[in-house]
Amino acid sequence: MSPLGPLLLATLLFCIGLYGVIARRNAVLVLISVELMLNAVNINLVAFQNLLFPDDVAVSGMMFAIFIIGVAAAEVGVGLAIVFNMFRNRASIDVDDVDLMRW
Amino acid sequence: MTGHDVIFVLIGLLTASAAILTVTSKNLVHAALFLAVTLAGIAGVFLTLAADFLALVQLLVYVGAVAVLFLFGLMLTRAPIGREALDNQNRGLAIAVSGGLFVLLSTLIIGAVSSGALGETSVAEVTGPRIEDIGIATFAEWVLPFEVLSMLLLAALIGAIVLARPESGESGEEAEVTRIEMGDAPASEGPQPLPDGSAPELTSGKRSEGSS
Repeated sequence: MSPLGPLLLATLLFCIGLYGVIARRNAVLVLISVELMLNAVNINLVAFQNLLFPDDVAVSGMMFAIFIIGVAAAEVGVGLAIVFNMFRNRASIDVDDVDLMRW
Repeated sequence: MTGHDVIFVLIGLLTASAAILTVTSKNLVHAALFLAVTLAGIAGVFLTLAADFLALVQLLVYVGAVAVLFLFGLMLTRAPIGREALDNQNRGLAIAVSGGLFVLLSTLIIGAVSSGALGETSVAEVTGPRIEDIGIATFAEWVLPFEVLSMLLLAALIGAIVLARPESGESGEEAEVTRIEMGDAPASEGPQPLPDGSAPELTSGKRSEGSS
């Protein structure tokens, strides 16, 4: 199995997530797009680990993927708490409305 | 092209189309459900890459917890439905940036793989590390990052609870003031007296004016 397929799929998912981050206005949908980008990176790490370096004793690619899953879970928790606070304070979760700290 | 590759291509097509529907869907709940399909498809990709443990972790953490968390997030916040309300004016810019990045990256990847810069690329049979190897590596070589990650999760848990509590000191008082300005904010549990005692009259006056 060639690493070309997984790498191209990961690139496609990353770019779809990037499109979502730029184009969406709803803060929860922006968080969903960030999740897509993180998962694309996970596919890359696992493909490199299992297809190119299968003899690595430290299983670095897989450990990085597990750490990314943990950090992404923490990010979603804190991000949704911030979105709820924003909704309570401004009655809107439009990211274009949040310009309080804009220069 | 072996049967393994055919299965990978099918799962990849499913994952990619679900991801495109996630970022283009007009319905918020549909977007979250398509995200769950995408994450399950990525778990399938992990299975075809012989990473069984990671596929199960993906199903547990993402499809089980994160997708449900996003559904709660969408249902607890009220947002208008429709493309104009969900997308901003940057769609052309977004398509240009992400499409350009995709063309650039895929050109680089295809060039690197076909020129042999990655070494022996075509593996006959995909093999992954056993779960024992992953466990031994976790607690032998990666034990310090592992413990730091556990502290990060604890801090994120406490931070999320403190941020999401309704009566969290400064932000709670600020919420009362902003609700009066917006007019269509969610109903509160009645006017609450502020320390100086002047705000409750203002609150009730504004509210009756808005309803009449």
